[in-house]
Amino acid sequence: MRPFRYERATDVPGAIALLAGEPNAAFLGAGTNLVDHMRLGIATPDLLIDVRTLTSDRIEELPDGGVRIGAAVPNSDAAADRLIRRRYPVLAEAILSGASGQLRNFATTGGNLLQRTRCAYFQDLTTPCNKREPGSGCSMREGHQRDAAILGASEACVATHPSDMAVAMAALGAVVHVQGPDGERTIPLTEFHRLPGSEPERDTVLERGELITAVDLPPLDFAGHSRYRKTRDRASYAFALVSVAAALDVVDGSVRDVRLALGGVAHKPWRAARAEEALRGAPATETSFRAAAGAELADARPLPGNAFKVPLARNAIARTLLDLAEEQR
Amino acid sequence: MITEGVWPLPQYSTGCPDAGTSGEFMDVEVMLRVDGTEHRLVVDTRTTLLDALRERLGITSPKKGCDHGQCGACTVLLDGRRAVSCLALAVAHQGAEIVSAEGLASGDQLHPLQKAFVEHDAFQCGYCTPGQICSAAGMLDEVAAGWPSVVTDDLDADEIVLDDDEIRERMSGNLCRCAAYANIVPAIAEVAR
Repeated sequence: MRPFRYERATDVPGAIALLAGEPNAAFLGAGTNLVDHMRLGIATPDLLIDVRTLTSDRIEELPDGGVRIGAAVPNSDAAADRLIRRRYPVLAEAILSGASGQLRNFATTGGNLLQRTRCAYFQDLTTPCNKREPGSGCSMREGHQRDAAILGASEACVATHPSDMAVAMAALGAVVHVQGPDGERTIPLTEFHRLPGSEPERDTVLERGELITAVDLPPLDFAGHSRYRKTRDRASYAFALVSVAAALDVVDGSVRDVRLALGGVAHKPWRAARAEEALRGAPATETSFRAAAGAELADARPLPGNAFKVPLARNAIARTLLDLAEEQR
Repeated sequence: MITEGVWPLPQYSTGCPDAGTSGEFMDVEVMLRVDGTEHRLVVDTRTTLLDALRERLGITSPKKGCDHGQCGACTVLLDGRRAVSCLALAVAHQGAEIVSAEGLASGDQLHPLQKAFVEHDAFQCGYCTPGQICSAAGMLDEVAAGWPSVVTDDLDADEIVLDDDEIRERMSGNLCRCAAYANIVPAIAEVAR
């Protein structure tokens, strides 16, 4: 690991100011991804600015009925929170589907959003990777493609975003609060992560020096009927091949409203807006659910090694929505 | 009891080929309470809690398996919660309270989990065992606090029924290459009862 300095600011503006004067500094949360990347040589900051205790570590109810999760809230605490378990079960399930108990106990909400792809080539310094070293090429395109994206990928990059939490947040229409040198702004979670295009080295729309301070979950009255379904190569402690976050509102056998997002299929949590559109007003039946999944996946461009993800996603979407429809019958 | 770290810093290799010359090392003093004993030591900023415990303090029950947070062999209780010590920088945990598997026992009196692992033959080579035991101790506290897992039927339940599926799911961050799982699960279940 390359030597680095370590500093602790007293507050968020202090941390932002400190980073502004240091071209090769990085914010440190719990470090569950960054420390590993520093050890692997993927990240080589010369200064770590510890922000783990600077942002809020509280979960609070908002006046509109939504919930605000401070960026420093550990994943375990968010999943165990009663408000979240009751109002947004899909989010609690998504968080509990990810990583291990040990990691969730320290990994933060902000850090979870900023974790980087687990693409094996990105993590292997000996292979070309446009995300790690722009212009060097994409090894996964010619290599082991099982984990590759099927939606929204580019010639330059077929990596997927690894977070489960972010997929549920995308479905719920969460809003990310960030603070930077020019003040505060909010970014809808669905616009927070990028598609790779020709700049796969940029995972998110965050500008240099911006720090996540909180994530807001807007009120969603039917989110009590929501679920996260994750398919993976092991029963536990593995990243998603395909995952589905869904909330469904069924009235008199018809879909009144729905929220749907997919994980493991793209460079960002994939909000399935096309499927949602197809479902609103449709009968809450397997036929509708499969048709909506088909509409969403019409633009899927799998590689030979991950073609299975298309039917897997279709089936996972249908099964998740069917389960949610069943519980409202 | 307070033990002092050696000052000035002795030659300390991180085992990293690009560590550079000694002038580049960034040394900081940290205080850690480990198994009830306070330690002050000077560490390079790159030092993880795991390396501080093993290489500097001689507390070798946390094991270095993968060193990437994937195997759980380095699990300790960090400020009351189970954590992988290989991904935590010592400098970022100033003043932390750490309990290792050694610290779970009171003198010669084994912790119930340690006793159950022995009685159930819940290990073969034993390398992952201290991590398994610390993880199980932290996990049982999480269950007592009512934290659900992804296999909990009623996410909003007040009380968790810790069946074998729950134990397997909650312990999935601790790998055992000898595959002693068949005995680890009942050992933990016995203590949970």
